[in-house]
Amino acid sequence: MNYEAVIGLEVHVHLKTKTKAFCGCSTEFGQGPNSQACPVCLGFPGSLPVLNKVALDYAIKVGLALNCAVQEFTKFDRKHYYYPDLPKNYQISQYDLPVSKDGFLDIYLESGTKRIRIKRTHLEEDAGKLIHEDASSLVDFNRAGIPLLEIVSEPDMNSTQEAYEYLTSLKSIIEYLDVSDCDMEKGSLRCDANISIREKGALGLGVKTELKNMNSFKAVRDALAYEIERQTEVLNEGGEITQETKLWDARELKTVSMRTKEEARDYRYFPEPDLPPFIIKSEKIEKIRRTIPELPREKMLRFTKDYGISEYDARILVMNKKDAEYHEACLKAYQDLNKKGMVNLLIGTLLSEANARNTASAELGVLPSRLTELIEFVDRDQISNLTAKSVLTEMIDTHISAAEIIKKKNLIQISDTASLDAVVEEVIKENPKSVEAFKAGKENAIMFLVGQAMKKSQGKANPKAVQEILKRRLVDA
Amino acid sequence: MELNILTAHELTNLLKNKKTTPEEILSSLEKRIKSVDSKVRAYVRLTEPNKLNDNNELNGPNCFLKGIPVSIKDNICTQGYNTECCSKILEGFKPPYDATVIKKLKQAGAVILDKKTNMDEFAFGSSTENSYFGPTHNPWDLERVPGGSSGGSAAAVAADEAVWALGSDTGGSIRQPAAFCGVVGLKPTYGRVSRYGLIAFASSLDQIGPLTKDITDCAILMNIISGCDSYDATSVDITVADYTKSLVNDIKGIKIGIPKEYFVEGLDLEVKSIVEEAIDKLKSLGAAYKEVSLPHTEYAVPVYYIIATAEASSNLARFDGVQYGLRIPAKNIIDMYKKTRDEGFGQEAKRRIILGTFALSHGYYDAYYLRALKVRTLIKQDFDKVFNDFDCIVTPTSPTAAFKIGEKVDDPLKMYLSDIYTISANLAGIPAISIPCGFTKKGLPVGLQILAKPFAEETLFRVAYTYEQNTEWNKRKPKL
Amino acid sequence: MAITKETIEYTAHLARIELKPQELEKISRQLKGILDFIDTLKRLEVKDIAPTSHILPINNVLREDIPVKSLSAEKALMDSPSQKGTFFVVPKIIE
Repeated sequence: MNYEAVIGLEVHVHLKTKTKAFCGCSTEFGQGPNSQACPVCLGFPGSLPVLNKVALDYAIKVGLALNCAVQEFTKFDRKHYYYPDLPKNYQISQYDLPVSKDGFLDIYLESGTKRIRIKRTHLEEDAGKLIHEDASSLVDFNRAGIPLLEIVSEPDMNSTQEAYEYLTSLKSIIEYLDVSDCDMEKGSLRCDANISIREKGALGLGVKTELKNMNSFKAVRDALAYEIERQTEVLNEGGEITQETKLWDARELKTVSMRTKEEARDYRYFPEPDLPPFIIKSEKIEKIRRTIPELPREKMLRFTKDYGISEYDARILVMNKKDAEYHEACLKAYQDLNKKGMVNLLIGTLLSEANARNTASAELGVLPSRLTELIEFVDRDQISNLTAKSVLTEMIDTHISAAEIIKKKNLIQISDTASLDAVVEEVIKENPKSVEAFKAGKENAIMFLVGQAMKKSQGKANPKAVQEILKRRLVDA
Repeated sequence: MELNILTAHELTNLLKNKKTTPEEILSSLEKRIKSVDSKVRAYVRLTEPNKLNDNNELNGPNCFLKGIPVSIKDNICTQGYNTECCSKILEGFKPPYDATVIKKLKQAGAVILDKKTNMDEFAFGSSTENSYFGPTHNPWDLERVPGGSSGGSAAAVAADEAVWALGSDTGGSIRQPAAFCGVVGLKPTYGRVSRYGLIAFASSLDQIGPLTKDITDCAILMNIISGCDSYDATSVDITVADYTKSLVNDIKGIKIGIPKEYFVEGLDLEVKSIVEEAIDKLKSLGAAYKEVSLPHTEYAVPVYYIIATAEASSNLARFDGVQYGLRIPAKNIIDMYKKTRDEGFGQEAKRRIILGTFALSHGYYDAYYLRALKVRTLIKQDFDKVFNDFDCIVTPTSPTAAFKIGEKVDDPLKMYLSDIYTISANLAGIPAISIPCGFTKKGLPVGLQILAKPFAEETLFRVAYTYEQNTEWNKRKPKL
Repeated sequence: MAITKETIEYTAHLARIELKPQELEKISRQLKGILDFIDTLKRLEVKDIAPTSHILPINNVLREDIPVKSLSAEKALMDSPSQKGTFFVVPKIIE
């Protein structure tokens, strides 16, 4: 039986407003537990909520960036359930009239672009934090009341890769809008998934399980992969999937059913009487639309046009906003119309250096002009790509320019024919077998000879030039 | 003359002319409380005599109320003073903040009494018999209820144990006890007075309002507590008029509507004739009246009991023993919730919470809650139509005078029906006042209710003041 | 409306209220009566009537995103039945 996965994602992002959703408590943490709270976010008797203007603006902004229809009339509702981190035992959320709905996000797969529909986005308040000890649990309400934007996709994703692409694209867009830090590890981006499987080509939906507690992008991928496998096994053995909520155990690398059987929750939604509804006029929507910067997709397309690079490469360059700006500065600084050299350096070397140091390319402190200088050494055939890599590492570590490093370490390749001729002669003399092999038709043998030449010259020989000279010598002889 | 029998405006004059001091006023009140409250039980958790507020604002320019004590219902948050809604579940709760109305009173120099007035638990009731601390007794007849849920405030004012008081009104909880106790009680337009700091019962119906000895005090207190509040999104940004300017003895040309649905079976005949006399009095003073119809009146009580209990069930979900109030320890959290709420809530509270939860629950929401919201629209429209042609509506405040303690307590439905004349004003969000308009043969006070369109409190004051100036009901005092 | 004791018991559970058997009996009886009374609303035709959730014609009440001083942790925990440091303490939650 050939199954396909059907995945929908519910993403919650912390909006980075200065104050909470419904009260004036600061959202900047650092003080001790329960020191960033007030009667409103503590849910004390007699307290009342008042909506943060910027939270609404941010919600509209995200809705627009995700191609949603921002609703003219929106309101809040109470969502009831009992839990100690929920001060009022209801959450102020949005039920039937969310801020925006019916949008989409395009993701890039090897097979092409795929459109993932976005069902809705809505505002709600976060709950507090629970810390579990041996005999009791501790509650800290500092986080209670932080504004959250919930973004719900349609179940349009059919693989873990698609889910991953969706998440990374979503994070990218939201970062561009500068409305959230979108950091899964820090908890400003949370993701729950609904996953089911069905026969490939079938139209209906299978029974779904809800996955929670995935605390990184990798965990999302792993959890989904695990769950697809699990469900496939169950169905293959003739069993049935039970609709339930499962938690991802990142240590044991498996999904586990929640210990307490979650009853079907009756949230008893009703319109929040303490908050009069909101009418969002088109002027306001347009005003906010004008504050939306060039988004990743637009930037990507512009890069392909302005710099003649591929969509694939451009996508990598624009993923992160700060890096995108840096990358563009680098592309601009590099005069050559063919940007391939710069692109390769940015995507290949610089990005991996940044990843190794757990930071962003833009944070490495390498000026665009200095990167350009480095590449120009390669362009002039003065150093090899390999050398350029190690020079770059040193540039990052020491903040010294390429020219200085190359000069100091005497890294300029030997390219003049006279010196190289001598080396080549020696190599040919010392490696008769490989010479024979090449002459006999084994093309690759020449690479071994080039390698020997590099060794002999302590890596300073220009490998391309060496190869040329070898070829001439061996073919002609 | 004992200071405690005077009105706030009379006391202010004495203070201005240096004929008395804040300490003397307070001490007179304390003396009266000591003397009669064991019988009336208007106050709860009687503590040591109040110290005058350590108020910086006492010397400010707006301190025209300097030194006048105000009595506060137990569901209005007073920082550092117990505020328990007369419920066991809020035992010991001292709010870390003042309600906005309390802040405003302090800014005007008023002294907030630390003895809170008795009430039905969480304002659930029409008799103050549902209080954790036991009932308040009507000063006019100690075997009878003072009305509810602001029974303590009304009784304290009637018994001169308070100069004036604040109560709250969700379905008549200021007006009905005002009627039963022969004092003035006003429910402002929804949104006129901030609800921030009022422990919520039904968020779309609640309002804080004054209970006073006369109309002038009511206007003064309304001046202070009214106004838009940035902490209450349902408070309205409409300028507060100076209500004392409406205290004019003139209602010539005022058009009064008398709704026929309020004068049907169920209205006590004595109350009916007293109210009709009062209406005739208004006519003799220059107003004109005509019969009108509020056709959806009979649905007001069921609509109210769905909306109010639904909102209450939600507002009271937070009382769970986690952060404040009563906690019954248990091994797991669900047991802790259940035991705490079982032990902490009284019978009426449980009844209403369950009814409200039911009305919102899956499968019943459309048939109950949603339907009630739609009928609420119809009720509001009834009033809108009448106010197109009339300045105000006049009705009895309650179908009967004060009933005996224990008489209705076992029949919740009977108790709910006693709210029938007051409930509609909350559903429509309109202002309404109850003023004394006579006494039954047994010597029990009867209240006249005047309703006006939203934010037309000035009309209420004008009509009420004119009536008051031409009658002497408010001069009678209970014999205690 | 015919409402069963089981429904009322379940509703009480939704509201996290534990009713003792006699209480459940009494409340069920009373609520049945009240619900019968409330059912008079069914007489009205309300299909095309808009519900009133907010009685005032106000919209768009918003607050500026400017921080205001919070309560100190001591004040927040002033009335707490159980605390550890500045945490509220509750029975252990097992997820």
